[in-house]
Amino acid sequence: MTGWSHSGPSVVAAFLASLVEFVEALTIILAVGTVRGWRPALTGAGAGALLLLALVLLFGPLLTRVPLHPLQLGIGVLMLLFGMRWLRKAILRAAGVIALHDEAQAYAAETARLGVGVDARRDWVATATAFKAVVLEGLEVVFIVIAVGATGGTLIPASLGAAAAGVLVIALGLIVHKPLARVPENTLKFTVGVLITSFGVFWVGEGAGFGWPGGDWAIPGLAALFLAAALAAVPVARARAVPVGGAA
Amino acid sequence: MSVIRTALSELWGLFIDDGSLALALVAWSAVAVWLLPLTPAAPASHAPILFLGCVTILIVNVLASARRKSR
Repeated sequence: MTGWSHSGPSVVAAFLASLVEFVEALTIILAVGTVRGWRPALTGAGAGALLLLALVLLFGPLLTRVPLHPLQLGIGVLMLLFGMRWLRKAILRAAGVIALHDEAQAYAAETARLGVGVDARRDWVATATAFKAVVLEGLEVVFIVIAVGATGGTLIPASLGAAAAGVLVIALGLIVHKPLARVPENTLKFTVGVLITSFGVFWVGEGAGFGWPGGDWAIPGLAALFLAAALAAVPVARARAVPVGGAA
Repeated sequence: MSVIRTALSELWGLFIDDGSLALALVAWSAVAVWLLPLTPAAPASHAPILFLGCVTILIVNVLASARRKSR
């Protein structure tokens, strides 16, 4: 079945996950551009983007040739691992157990690192830094686009969602010209973690031949249940993290 | 070689952060997929049981992680 119940969650998951990753990549690109110049920053970023595009074009269609149920099972387990990793950390950050990711701090650390010493080869280091940032952050986007796209036949909607996030972040970066520190990153990671985990459980079940009540509508239902459980876990985790006899 | 090692390490890190969480999820998925159909549980209950196992693993892991951090 195609339609919004099928492609909607894919578009939303790809858009939100890509938003988080593009923001983190933008921080590094801005640091490189500010300290070492925009040529190495944009060269590295462009090369990274081309590599990621090649991966999507190569693996996306390849995966559609794998038999459906093993594909759903394999991708489902990977999405479960990926989504739970994000969701677990988002819950612990919301509970104050681990620190929130700080884009301003990341930017300061990167500019300090790139500004150290005088080295004729630093342009290559700067280019490599930008390339690595785009590839590493983009790999997660590629995984999500391919995973939601290949298993659900929604490769194009998921790709469009990711592309829309990229355009938005680049536009904001050009306007603001500094790290997007005010983006509610943990809220986004919480949401993406819920969505990807829900996809993962859904596809594991589909791959195993289990019937989900409501068919594709089970995905938003699973998302609502995971969200409720995760939100309930936040205050409990916060209380557990307080040392015995210490103040919160 | 170190570039490949770094790339593989990053790829691994995409999916596995807390080893116990990953292990529990993979083990539960295997149990649900291969053993649930062999039980007397009604087929319509298999998917909800799969979900319940996953959410239980998440909550237990989060609370255990919070407890570890407080020590």
